Amino acid sequence: MGSVAHKRLGRRPTLGGREAPSHGEGRALPGVAAGRSGWAARAVLTTALLVATSAFAADVLDPNALKRLVHQDCGSCHGLTLKGGLGPDLRAQNLQHYDVDVLTGVILDGIPDTAMPPWRPLVTEEEAEWIAHYLLEPEDQ
Amino acid sequence: MKRFALGLMAALMMSAAQAEPTATGDLGLVIERATGSVLLVDQSDRAALARIEGLGDLSHASLVYSPDERFAYVFGRDGGLTKVDIVTRQIAGRVVQAGNAIGGAISDDGELVAVSNYEPGGVRVFDADTLEMVADIPTGSKTIGLVDAPGRRFVFTMWDTGETWIADFVGGAPEITKIEDMGRNPYDALITANGRTYITGLFGEDGLTALDLWSDSPEPIRVLPGYGRGQEEMPVYKMPHLEGWALTGREFVLPAVGHPQVLWVDAETLTETGRTQTHGQPVFAMARPDGRQVWVNFAHPLNDTIQVIDSVSKQIIHEFKPGPAVLHMEFTPRGHEVWISVRDANKVMVYDTQTFEKLREIEAESPSGIFFTARAHRTGL
Repeated sequence: MGSVAHKRLGRRPTLGGREAPSHGEGRALPGVAAGRSGWAARAVLTTALLVATSAFAADVLDPNALKRLVHQDCGSCHGLTLKGGLGPDLRAQNLQHYDVDVLTGVILDGIPDTAMPPWRPLVTEEEAEWIAHYLLEPEDQ
Repeated sequence: MKRFALGLMAALMMSAAQAEPTATGDLGLVIERATGSVLLVDQSDRAALARIEGLGDLSHASLVYSPDERFAYVFGRDGGLTKVDIVTRQIAGRVVQAGNAIGGAISDDGELVAVSNYEPGGVRVFDADTLEMVADIPTGSKTIGLVDAPGRRFVFTMWDTGETWIADFVGGAPEITKIEDMGRNPYDALITANGRTYITGLFGEDGLTALDLWSDSPEPIRVLPGYGRGQEEMPVYKMPHLEGWALTGREFVLPAVGHPQVLWVDAETLTETGRTQTHGQPVFAMARPDGRQVWVNFAHPLNDTIQVIDSVSKQIIHEFKPGPAVLHMEFTPRGHEVWISVRDANKVMVYDTQTFEKLREIEAESPSGIFFTARAHRTGL
């Protein structure tokens, strides 16, 4: 028969015995919008990393990764098949009145006062242009 | 002929002898978004049992269960409403009811299934048995945040017009109460487990709006006006979901829009009680059923990570990376395990919520939503 481990609670200040690992920004700060600088720094860092990664791959755009981005991530608003959701229908037949530059600009900088965010922090200009071409002529890519 | 009949009879008797009744209480379905299929899973065995195919475009799909936990009603993005029999593991009925849908709900008595649609905007209500349409409620807007409420009611909200409507089906034809001025661009909503409070998150302004459904004429109640949404516009790469806002003790926890934070709100007074900084913009902030932990996943490109927050200290107690594109989490009804869909790993992963140890990986095709049958007995799920 195994022995029974008794644990007495409430004697020691560290009740429960397990201390939460400390986390830089994990503290609750009622009413204070703290951590923005942290977020900004991280965003810049993320951007820098992405830019660096993209720069290495400047001549080799990864069409599969970009297609995945379009269908999975743009798709969270525009639908996996791009026929629209909270965001508008992005199928080629509905975009023919836009040229590549306009679409590239929308991808990079978003549309103010709508849910369309600027993707500049996450994609390069070359990648945005590739996506614009892909949206207009999916068969060619 | 006689021999054939005897053989047939023997076969029937044999299958009858083997046919144990299927208990569904620990089963669940996983949406496989790219292949239009659902995976039937067994929570106790931590295993996949069967794949059911032919459900159309399941990106952003969700489902609800019949009160007997036999049928699932799956709401597809393409407007498909599919009734899946998890006992026979077959599709029991399917209608394509709109061009572009976003979710659904089942009435408290299990007789009506409602679907909210982007195109044409509105809500359509179907007989849960036959899938015949019993009501069509155009709203002139993309319609979101559809939930069931006690008393054979559905509540839903309009992205474009900022109204919430309550459709009461007690008398057969729906009686509709319209509440204006809920706020600009509501993007999702939830109802508390007791069916009293409906809260919608706003994309177009800084805050949320609540309704007291116990009131005879519910009025919009502003919640956390100025929590930060509008101070400094942050790009939002994925709208947060509100489904997981469970009560943790006396508080709700919910994802901030555009900020790497979850917000804590007192359930009685609807005032802010704290914030926890998170790894990225939260998508789901889901409380374990006992409320002791909150598990958070994040928007692209930080969607490989999960953080776990202790609801007493509001501190992050654990962080790990299950894999690329963590889309959804579902707790076992008593919270001892959590199932996590990792889309780009093509796996569902099962973790112990106490030790955080990974217990199992289950193969699935681009898994997204995970839904256990215990949801059948919860208002708002």
